[in-house]
Amino acid sequence: MSGLVISQLNISHGAIRAVNDLSFTVQPGQLAAVIGSNGAGKTTLLRTLSGLKSAHSGSVEWNGESILRKKPEDLVRSGIVHVSDGKSVIPELTVKENLALGGIWRKDKKDVALATEEAIDLFPRLGERLQQSADTLSGGERQMLAIGRALIARPKLLLLDEPSLGLAPLVIDQIFQAIKSLRDRHNLTVVLVEQNAMGALRIADIGIIINLGKLVASGPAHELIDNPSLRAAYLGY
Amino acid sequence: MGRLLNTILIGVSGGSIYSLMALALVLVWRSTRVVNFAQAGQAILSTYIGYVVITHTDNYWIAFPVALVAGALAGALIDILMVRTLMKRAHSGPVAGIAPVIATLGLLGLIRAVVGMIWGGDLRQFKLPVSNHGFTFGHNTIPFAPINLLIVVTTVVVMLIFSLIFQRTNLGLSLRASAYQPEIARLAGIRVDLTRTIGWAFAGAAGAVAGMLVTPTNYLSPNSLDLLLVSGFVAAVIGGLESLVGAAVGGLILGISLALVLEYVSSSLAFPVAFVVLIAVLLFKPSGLIGAKRTRHA
Repeated sequence: MSGLVISQLNISHGAIRAVNDLSFTVQPGQLAAVIGSNGAGKTTLLRTLSGLKSAHSGSVEWNGESILRKKPEDLVRSGIVHVSDGKSVIPELTVKENLALGGIWRKDKKDVALATEEAIDLFPRLGERLQQSADTLSGGERQMLAIGRALIARPKLLLLDEPSLGLAPLVIDQIFQAIKSLRDRHNLTVVLVEQNAMGALRIADIGIIINLGKLVASGPAHELIDNPSLRAAYLGY
Repeated sequence: MGRLLNTILIGVSGGSIYSLMALALVLVWRSTRVVNFAQAGQAILSTYIGYVVITHTDNYWIAFPVALVAGALAGALIDILMVRTLMKRAHSGPVAGIAPVIATLGLLGLIRAVVGMIWGGDLRQFKLPVSNHGFTFGHNTIPFAPINLLIVVTTVVVMLIFSLIFQRTNLGLSLRASAYQPEIARLAGIRVDLTRTIGWAFAGAAGAVAGMLVTPTNYLSPNSLDLLLVSGFVAAVIGGLESLVGAAVGGLILGISLALVLEYVSSSLAFPVAFVVLIAVLLFKPSGLIGAKRTRHA
């Protein structure tokens, strides 16, 4: 089966079960928003999908192949790219060097150059700041840099951890629109983890709502937005 | 004036060696956050291997690259066989941070003992690659000799090669990214374990160069580089432990200060002066003169 298929996944954090019997499927080319409050297990889930953390039990398949127990550096090579939280850039390096990291393992240097141009076209701010240290960037620019770097790896499955965290509403809008246009243009499959439920569900095809590591609801994003009981309990508006 | 200049020149030559040792320590610190006491052992082993090649070939210039490769291999092996395993096994609890450091201290003793068993404890000497008689200008002979010039030039070349690798190549970018943010480096597809091993190999090579350069004007014994380890640490800490430039500057500051004290005060003060310089830097600029910027992470 193609796409991302997660079934009966359990992930432990020491004695705590951070993700509990979680199952959902993301079809190829879909943008899935994983919604939940702090501590819901969203970040733990993404860290497991990208190989940073190991699962306790269950299975995760990407295009029919199990990806559990694989290392992040190998998963990147098969197109699974994770933009971790905390504006995942290296402040000690310049913007240009941070971008270069994205393609560092790739042999096709011509396409790396092309992908770098595309990333700069998508976020022109980065182009103006290539020689600057990433330390000098604003929160929004750091997020653009982190996503830009991920794109240079030519991802097929993009995992985004709370790209809106700590950003101004206008910037959040810009980032979400960029994510949506990426999905449309490159036929990417995207798993977007967010606390900003409304913003994420608006651009998503499907939504997965989790609480305390358990699945609460899943379905087409617009149906979740319109569901009054979910609204009150989990979507916070 | 001539005396001062001569003293500074000798200080630069001595300081170059400290810089190389500091570079070796900084490379390991940056790649694995381990203070590597075994560096003196790795350097002495490499230098003895160089010594064997010299006694067989009578040629310093064949011995030099052999020692360098031996140093790199020893460094890589120590990381793969010992440090990597220790860091994976002891990753939490009070022992986690200190276990690899203590292990390198034990390894220093082990390497010295093995070197002593193979080559004995006698003091040995290298044939000089170039003269150690000072340059002559007219009627004046200065203390600075061709061997000092060789030391300074080799150090400058080594430093330049390393800074080119670090600033201009993908390998250098991988090394820096793995040092600063290993997790982000892995997510970018960098094989961080391999990159760290390369850092250890580079450090081993730099230490071997220090040993091969200091030994011709000195003697060789299983612990003849121990003092250099101390000077290297002092130089590295003066430079902030993080940067290549810091290692170079720290070595020069230490070398020139020591030469000045030796010339103008007393030769018996050399060792205490190293510590006075170290403590002064730690008190007034604890992050080192060229310490890494502390960056806030949002």
